[in-house]
Amino acid sequence: MRKTTFIQAINEALREEMRRDERVFLIGEDIGYYGGLFRVTRNLLEEFGDRRVIDTPISEQGFMGMAIGAAMVGLRPIVELMYMDFYLVCADQIFNQAAKMHYMTGGLLHVPMVIRGQQGGGKRYGSQHSSCVESNFAQFPGIKVVAPATPYDAKGLLISAIRDDNPVLFLEHKMLYFTRGDLPDEGVEYTVPIGKADIKREGKDLTIATFSYTLLQALEAAEELKAEYGIDVEVVDLRSVTPLDMETVYTSVAKTGRLLAVHESQANAGIGAEIVARIYEEAPDLLKAPARRLGMAPAPIPVSKVLEEELLPWKNDIKATVLSMLK
Amino acid sequence: MTEPSLKASVPSAKAAVAEPTAVLSTEQLLPMYRMMFLIRRVEESLLELAESGKIGGAMHTAIGHEAAAVGMAAALRKEDYLTCTYRGHHHSLARGMDPKRAICEVLGKAPGFAKGKGGSMHFVDPSLGLMGANGIVGAQVPHAAGMALASKIRGEDRIAITFFGDGAMFQGVMHETFNMAQKWKLPVIFYCENNRYSEMTPISRTSSVSELYLFVRAYGMESMQIDGNDVEIVYDAVSKAAARARAGEGPTFIEGITYRLAGHMAGDLETYRTPEEIEMQRAYEPLARLHQKLLDRGVAEEELNKIRAEVEEEVQEAVDYALEAPWPDIAEAYTDVYKV
Repeated sequence: MRKTTFIQAINEALREEMRRDERVFLIGEDIGYYGGLFRVTRNLLEEFGDRRVIDTPISEQGFMGMAIGAAMVGLRPIVELMYMDFYLVCADQIFNQAAKMHYMTGGLLHVPMVIRGQQGGGKRYGSQHSSCVESNFAQFPGIKVVAPATPYDAKGLLISAIRDDNPVLFLEHKMLYFTRGDLPDEGVEYTVPIGKADIKREGKDLTIATFSYTLLQALEAAEELKAEYGIDVEVVDLRSVTPLDMETVYTSVAKTGRLLAVHESQANAGIGAEIVARIYEEAPDLLKAPARRLGMAPAPIPVSKVLEEELLPWKNDIKATVLSMLK
Repeated sequence: MTEPSLKASVPSAKAAVAEPTAVLSTEQLLPMYRMMFLIRRVEESLLELAESGKIGGAMHTAIGHEAAAVGMAAALRKEDYLTCTYRGHHHSLARGMDPKRAICEVLGKAPGFAKGKGGSMHFVDPSLGLMGANGIVGAQVPHAAGMALASKIRGEDRIAITFFGDGAMFQGVMHETFNMAQKWKLPVIFYCENNRYSEMTPISRTSSVSELYLFVRAYGMESMQIDGNDVEIVYDAVSKAAARARAGEGPTFIEGITYRLAGHMAGDLETYRTPEEIEMQRAYEPLARLHQKLLDRGVAEEELNKIRAEVEEEVQEAVDYALEAPWPDIAEAYTDVYKV
């Protein structure tokens, strides 16, 4: 074991999978010669050459569509979207094409590809460079969505995503990039399965189900709630949004009796609403108190530090919501 | 409502490609005649089925477009990749799709190639190199370029061709793809079936330029305008473009001038053109022209009659088969969402 950054973990997963499987190639803006805006793909052009690390013009529809075409004939493209907000530029290719291809061809074609990139607020990038998009994608069957929070999960899930025969959206959060965590030594192969949650903190009073950067915020909130109020929160890291591992959530709520779903994308019509609806439909008897969700208010993300902090549903909002649920 | 310039226009062979005669032998042309007539009869039968209410949704026939598909199929290898627009029955039939499975698919029946899930707009069969017709205008064009990119990454000489209409020329993704395909010298052929209507609107009402093949010249791409209703000219142009692609010389854009003799889709009221315009275009339509060409080369009318009679029988058999075919098992509604 060693400590690495989240960025390093992703870079290693890309490199190891490209060495293992020559069908894997990278395509996107500034990923080769420059090494990626956030340096996630650094040194890969040097090792794999410009046939497999392809710098594109700023043409998201075009290169997303080309990656889909290459995947339809058996390659395994990994597309970087520089900011996840840009998925809207090529939404037809992602949703009407990649996500529906297997179904509308009666299983004759499939699209084994990964779309990856960073999302989220906290760095004052404003309304068009800070969105969290997981809830939008959850409305589209045919594409899987994963959103890890630790370097270990990031590397293991990215390898699983690359090996998956379906399109997988791999969400990184810009606030996670320089966080550090344990990682097995380079060359020690492991994977993390898509669709399997992980309990990151055990507790008995209330379950928080979350993923991506709000997982770290929930863990900090849990420590402070313990220290300040003696409240013992269990934190479930969903890790995947599609498919959702509700079984792990139910196992946890069977112990705590309370559920709070947290994510950075907006609460309204979001994946938290789905999680809460699911427990009421499938396992209402586990609840001792009403389940709740916490997400962003329905507003675009502003640039000003104070305004952005006001809107992001981070540690203080999580603490306040937990306290109100335990009153 | 009809544009005077359109009424006056006839398919013309302006650029690059040689005279239409004697590119192919009579022996080569006879099976192409058969296929063009088969496409025509399948499409006409589908329109009848649509009129009788047996086909729902949007169905776009290629009556008048047959030469593009049949010329292409003769010019390319079976393993070459093809993507096309939702007006794509003809490409699939020309590449060898069984009319029974095709008609079943349009009717949503179980023996359809996609088990009735794709229908008229999503013709596909990877074993014939058919990598998908598409319901979104222009969306299939980057897919073909991506398949060409895959060939380049793998070092194979398999090429890709993509068919689209004149209306697709104004989708942004087309121009993104043209630029990348030319920049990376991808082995792909862009074939524009210019039937001069983008859906129900004459292209002359929406295009800022009159000659679509000139667009890609801005990207430095080889391009030509051909008489897309002459199957030999299509064959010749696609053959040359394929040779360029396999030689690593990059993409070619072919604008094949054609004319859609039926409506944009089944049920189209066709208020945008006159019966006289359609009648005038019948003189230039591909099947009639190939028929005349074969007679001129000394083929007996009886031989062509015999071919047509065989096709009539085959198509009727396919229609009867499809009408009798079972519906898909309802469990199929839930399968193929993810590949497992």
